[in-house]
Amino acid sequence: MRKSLIFATALAFAVPALANDIGQVKVAKGTVQIEREGKRVPASVGTPVRIADLLVTGADGSAGITFSDNSLVSVGPNSVFAIDKYRFDSTTHVGEFEGTLKKGKLAAVSGKMVKQTPESMKIRTPSSVMAVRGTEFVVEVKDPAAAPAAR
Amino acid sequence: MRLAAALIVLAAAGCAGAPERAPVPPELFVVVPGPTGHVGTIVVRSGGAERVLDRAYSAQRIAGDGSASPAALSADEVTREFGSTLESLPGRPTSFMLYFLEGRDELTPASRQEMERVFAELKRRPLPDIVVIGHTDTVGNLAYNDKLSLARAERMRELMIGLGIPPERIQAAGRGKRELLVPTDDNISEARNRRVEISVR
Repeated sequence: MRKSLIFATALAFAVPALANDIGQVKVAKGTVQIEREGKRVPASVGTPVRIADLLVTGADGSAGITFSDNSLVSVGPNSVFAIDKYRFDSTTHVGEFEGTLKKGKLAAVSGKMVKQTPESMKIRTPSSVMAVRGTEFVVEVKDPAAAPAAR
Repeated sequence: MRLAAALIVLAAAGCAGAPERAPVPPELFVVVPGPTGHVGTIVVRSGGAERVLDRAYSAQRIAGDGSASPAALSADEVTREFGSTLESLPGRPTSFMLYFLEGRDELTPASRQEMERVFAELKRRPLPDIVVIGHTDTVGNLAYNDKLSLARAERMRELMIGLGIPPERIQAAGRGKRELLVPTDDNISEARNRRVEISVR
């Protein structure tokens, strides 16, 4: 009985399996890669995500990640998204999430940490910092070479 | 194309007499309503200015010269621009409640029907993380209810595995009568407390 109790208390969610994993790729279409410690490897459904990962998609690519606090982030084609900071306490729901969209498109739905602490999630771009009070939004960083006609 | 863009930027900078700024990639931020119509709030800070976006499809643009301006998009424009990106958002985390017959690990007839819908939703997700937590009402002692609640959760887990959901994606646990949905005195039969909560993401 004790075992099941400890189990119940410990369950935040089944996965991620490793302490370093902060989320998981749930959707991957076309070319999707993760750059970690200088090495770029293909990412697919089930690939774990860690702090300092760089998510990179090709012209045919898009990907979606579910984070441990239930934040959802997806990127569209030709995108580069860096996970700069992430921490989440599943008991207090206090946390911090900072990512940078270097180029391309991003959609996100904020999770438990923003519900607990508005603006604890931030998305940086080359010229701006966006703070999230909730819930769903999209961001685009255009290719300067393609502007201003592309719209 | 690139030359034309550069010329436009130069011309704009020249006309305004603004201090010369290195061109930046144009940016766009848009608040999108959620599936239930809920509209959130984001705050965009750039160039020392701050703008709060809190209406459906309200937007902020950053131009190639770094200047920020408010904008409003239509739902169609957002779909056109961000369609494939939005489609790649993972399924939203959600949870379901199913109810049991008194003292048993069998669902009520109503919940058995509801189960079909719930399981269809679980199956639709490509890589579900599922947590099943069983509960009881307060009839019986602690040990009995701990065991019954776990049996309820395990029963649901087995049915999910039978549907083809990989066992390692599903965790089951029992909370006995320790977490009542409807607070009652001890030894009270209460249908709403005889339940499992199934969370999926």
